[in-house]
Amino acid sequence: MKYLLKLIFSIRESRVGMIGLAICLFWVLVAIFADVLAPFDPLAIVAPMASPGFSSEQGILWLGGDFLGRDIMSRIIHGARTVLLWAPVATACAYAIGIMLGLTAGYYGGFVDEVLSFFANMVLAFPVLVLLILIISILGASPLSIVVAVTFASSPAVFRLVRGEVLSIRSRDFIAAAKTRGENIFYILFIEILPNAKAPLIVDACLRMGYTTIFIGILGFLGLGFPPPTPDWGGMINENRAIALVAPHMTIFPCLAVSSLVLGLNLLADGISEVSKKI
Amino acid sequence: MSTNPPLLEIKNLNVSYHTRKGDVPAVIDFNLTLNAGESVGLVGESGCGKSTVSLALMRYMGNNGSISGGQVFFMGRDMATFSNEELRALRGSKIAMIYQEPFAALNPCMTIGKQLLEVPLTHEDISESEAKARTLQLLDDVRLPDPQRIIESYPHQLSGGQQQRVVIAMALLSNPKLLLLDEPTTALDVTVEAAIVNIVRDISKKYGTAMIYVSHNMGLILKTCERVAVMYSGQVIEEGKVQDIFVNSRHPYTRGLFRCIPNITADKNSRPLSPIRGQLPLATNRPKGCYFGPRCDFFEEEKCGKDLIPISVADSNGQRVRCTRWQEIDWDNYHPEVNQREKAAIGETLVQVRDVKKTYELPSESPLGLFGGGKREVKAVQDLSFEAKRKEIVAIVGESGCGKSTFAKVLMGLEGGSGGSIVMGNEDLAVLPVGDRTSETIAAVQMIFQNPNDTLNPTHSVGAQIARSIRKLGAASGEDVERKVDSLLDLVKLPRSYKNYKPSQLSGGQKQRIGIARAFAGRANLIVADEPVSALDVSVQAAVIDLLLDIQAKNDTTLLFISHDLSLVRYLADRIIVMYLGRIMEQGQTKDIFAPPYHPYTEALLSAVPIADHRIEKEEIILEGELPSAINPPPGCPFSSRCPRKIEGVCDKELPPKRVFPDGHEIYCHIEEQELKKMQPVFRMIEKVQTTA
Repeated sequence: MKYLLKLIFSIRESRVGMIGLAICLFWVLVAIFADVLAPFDPLAIVAPMASPGFSSEQGILWLGGDFLGRDIMSRIIHGARTVLLWAPVATACAYAIGIMLGLTAGYYGGFVDEVLSFFANMVLAFPVLVLLILIISILGASPLSIVVAVTFASSPAVFRLVRGEVLSIRSRDFIAAAKTRGENIFYILFIEILPNAKAPLIVDACLRMGYTTIFIGILGFLGLGFPPPTPDWGGMINENRAIALVAPHMTIFPCLAVSSLVLGLNLLADGISEVSKKI
Repeated sequence: MSTNPPLLEIKNLNVSYHTRKGDVPAVIDFNLTLNAGESVGLVGESGCGKSTVSLALMRYMGNNGSISGGQVFFMGRDMATFSNEELRALRGSKIAMIYQEPFAALNPCMTIGKQLLEVPLTHEDISESEAKARTLQLLDDVRLPDPQRIIESYPHQLSGGQQQRVVIAMALLSNPKLLLLDEPTTALDVTVEAAIVNIVRDISKKYGTAMIYVSHNMGLILKTCERVAVMYSGQVIEEGKVQDIFVNSRHPYTRGLFRCIPNITADKNSRPLSPIRGQLPLATNRPKGCYFGPRCDFFEEEKCGKDLIPISVADSNGQRVRCTRWQEIDWDNYHPEVNQREKAAIGETLVQVRDVKKTYELPSESPLGLFGGGKREVKAVQDLSFEAKRKEIVAIVGESGCGKSTFAKVLMGLEGGSGGSIVMGNEDLAVLPVGDRTSETIAAVQMIFQNPNDTLNPTHSVGAQIARSIRKLGAASGEDVERKVDSLLDLVKLPRSYKNYKPSQLSGGQKQRIGIARAFAGRANLIVADEPVSALDVSVQAAVIDLLLDIQAKNDTTLLFISHDLSLVRYLADRIIVMYLGRIMEQGQTKDIFAPPYHPYTEALLSAVPIADHRIEKEEIILEGELPSAINPPPGCPFSSRCPRKIEGVCDKELPPKRVFPDGHEIYCHIEEQELKKMQPVFRMIEKVQTTA
């Protein structure tokens, strides 16, 4: 935890990191204060097909209205809340499972490693989208099934990362020292090994959060995401897709929202990997 | 003196590195004149700027280094006036460089021949056949057997020693005027090192090449160079003819350095080391005045603590010294405080090791390996037998791959043994992994590790790690732990405040001290120390060894000291075991190992050790050939493939018998006892020393 604070504090030494952090913070604040910031109820029908800047009786629709007449800006603001709640949850689940299995495989090696790596590679060899669609078609569209699907699709990559880190750490002398004073396996894995892999894991977590955002967007776009009328960026793009040529603002703004958040997370990851080498 | 300008003239060279904390001077006021064919050694501890000097000569310092003052003249021309193109042409043709890591210097995906031919073909206008002829000639000069085969091989097919010979040949290919050698043998075993050093010396004589030899090892400098410059924290603090520096060094640091080097003819009781107190100043935080001031016994605020000390000429031989007080110091009456030791009484047997074996299985290279067939075996340790008594220091020496570290792992239970027994108390540890040991046994056998940067977990504070050891080894619990941490830090002579530090805030020597504190946290009867000081500088090494010996004596601990450094082993061990390729070659009391009769391998090993003492002359035995692979060791005596005293038809067929001499001295050799006894000692003291004066 102390390390995390130190990392965030020292991020000011990296310009890209600062930009990334600013973008991410912006979205986090938007999500937290969605109720205050959003000018309209995201579900309320205000002005159908309004262009950006349209002034209705209740106020100005800065980014226009969607095909049903709901305010796009309010939906984007509330959509941030959806994605910023479920993307971290899904990523954390992928991490929990990836770390457990990665530690086990990397530390024990041999047969255990071969079996686990085999399954991980099998999942990784599968096209991600097909996998996601498959899982959600089985479980039905709900936030929980999104978490399950993303966990299943992402944890093998986390597994491989953790396993690789463990392989290089486990042969170091301080691990031998821990063994020679009779430490048990859990102490060695979670206290001796895992904290030394934190820098690449934190960087990867940022990137993976970006991937998860994209996954959630794609699922929404395919109609497999959050059930309507939940304000969800992917879903918004899908709903307004049919008239994208006539009213491009309805799809462009949600798209911008997704890409700016992903960009922010990627820049933050770059910044962290830059400063983590120095501290 | 001729009117020709000297080959290389360096005047007041200053080099700085730019860091986030501002410019850090790495080399300060460096002067050197080198004539054609001359050899100069640059010696000093890590961070003293010796490598920076050699890089600055090549004007090759990376992005953050720059020459901030002074001039370098090469063959009379100021190197600052060379264009980048000219510099590029100069490097590799007129000035060549040899680095520490031979493997990193060779391109792994080109054959040796192709890489070697590149050098003359790039720099000179000669035909390919001429270049090839010269290449073959040089490979022969560096005594590589079968040059034709070497030319066709890739770097990974050669051993480290062979690679370094190739690098030397490559450096000499376009007949350079100046050869820079930066720790060229540090990564190699001593017997290989001895051969390389001889080649370097002979070649520079044969081709008249001037040499700058950068090393931390005084013994190597004595062997290879005519003049030497001793560096400390970026400055040359003393320079002169090698003989003069060894006989009559005038700077307190040089003197101190010599007192830190264990002498191969003396042990801890007769000539205790006297470490230099304190530690090297950081380049960002050098003291005012004399950089050595805070560690010097002759420091006087008035004379030494004010301004930068200039280097002054001390005598007509060109010996120069950077000290304001060198004329006042009476070295004959200077006796620094040393830790006098009594020979400890050795107790009853603590550990009995019988026929310990450790075999690793490798998958076969043949297609059968896929189906689990045709497994190959690496016999890392074979039939190791010895016993260690209470309070005794037993040393295991040998070169890399001899199985000494593998045995330590088996003893610690990090790896299960494949056979034999290690009896301690009433338990057999040989096949008992650490997880199956009782907590008493775990506390009784502890280990000190080699690499200071690896021995402590970088994420936890030093205090937390010591405290964890104390709790796990059952030495204290509850509130007593904190007190015990303090007392352990006192024991290893570190300030108590260090317990809040992270390992990255400590120096190498301090980390090793924490490693020692951790090993002694419980009531250990047996401490295994695997090369505990090999990664440290000599002045730090002396202090850590001193400390280790003190604690060992105080706690009546048995110490199993694993090392490749014979001088060090001679200094501290009571008994020595010499291993080669997994087998014991010789074992006995320290004095017996260092005097005839020797095992032929021990003899060669002793002769290969570089000795930083001009009064000692030694027999030169250069081993030919390379260390055989442990997968496919020679049948019979493992040493038979390199042994200069090999008996044809016997040694390479049968395992050698054990020859027993008085005092438990055992030699495994086919040579008859009578013959072995006739051997001459490797070391001789020269009575009179001639200085150049």
